[in-house]
Amino acid sequence: MTDTTELWTIIIALGLGSFGLRFAFLGLVGDRAMPEWLLRHLRYTAVAVIPALVAPLVIWPTATGGEPDATRLAAAVATFAVGYLTKNVFAAMGVGAAVLVSLSLLF
Amino acid sequence: MAAGTAMSSYWRGLRDGLPFLAVVGPFAMLFGVLATEAGLAVHETMGFSIVVIAGAAQFTALQLINENAPTLVVLASALAVNLRMAMYSASITPHLGPLPLWKRGIVAYFLVDQTYAQSILDYEKNPDQTVAEKFAYFLGVMTPICPPWYLFTFVGAVLGESIPPSLGLDFALPIAFLAMVGPMLRTPAHRIAALVSVILALAFAWLPYNMGLLVAGLGGMMAGAQAELRLGIKP
Repeated sequence: MTDTTELWTIIIALGLGSFGLRFAFLGLVGDRAMPEWLLRHLRYTAVAVIPALVAPLVIWPTATGGEPDATRLAAAVATFAVGYLTKNVFAAMGVGAAVLVSLSLLF
Repeated sequence: MAAGTAMSSYWRGLRDGLPFLAVVGPFAMLFGVLATEAGLAVHETMGFSIVVIAGAAQFTALQLINENAPTLVVLASALAVNLRMAMYSASITPHLGPLPLWKRGIVAYFLVDQTYAQSILDYEKNPDQTVAEKFAYFLGVMTPICPPWYLFTFVGAVLGESIPPSLGLDFALPIAFLAMVGPMLRTPAHRIAALVSVILALAFAWLPYNMGLLVAGLGGMMAGAQAELRLGIKP
């Protein structure tokens, strides 16, 4: 087990590093104009990072030890479909959670 | 600008952030439980959640500390997991960049997956907001996400192993994010960006330190930008 000094070194360095990453553009660029090609890429940040974050968790869930799981897959498809069709985040979360819970109880 | 509209933006953000409480609560509690099991004292566990305030990076660090990895390896791995935050920072700068430095500091500290994704979704949906309104909205979204992150870490650390593992709770996080993806797919360029990013994320999932996520993120952004140019899509 890591000792106390080492642990706090990790916590503080990790905190500073994480803040640095989050502050990088907000702090240094601020309201200076960014080039159009960069802005064009940044417009797609959310839509590129969030699906990439989720996709492996859907296909290889941690809870099943990485085995694809029909219940979780169905809940994921339902959540995405409702979100896409209704553009309503709450409706999508609600339906996804309902599918997950009811299928978990059934099987 | 009137204080009233900033106030209503704050409440709108708070309402939009509220569903994330269902995700953050269990996730934070899990961190508290695992940190205690790894031998961390309650104040050390709290130090993690308050100073670092980044779920995935905290879990990564904890895992490696448990394996007695060298400090530098712990730091490099956890920061690699957090590299996407720099992309969030760049992406939100056109919206919040004009704020005074101390307010940008506050935004940076609270910039996590959920606050970023919900805020950017709203800024794109309602582009006519003033900077003050956007800042108030961000703080509103943050309110039911970040303070509960501390609170439930504490609950988890104190209750420890007495919390039973719940049915399908691990999947609350993917569902919360998936629910936001649908409404983000406004144009063909957005849909192409998301599709390319999913394919790359699955193809490069084997890369260490979560680097597959960065490959997929950058690839998706390039695909979106190219599609916008070639299809002549108005952003």
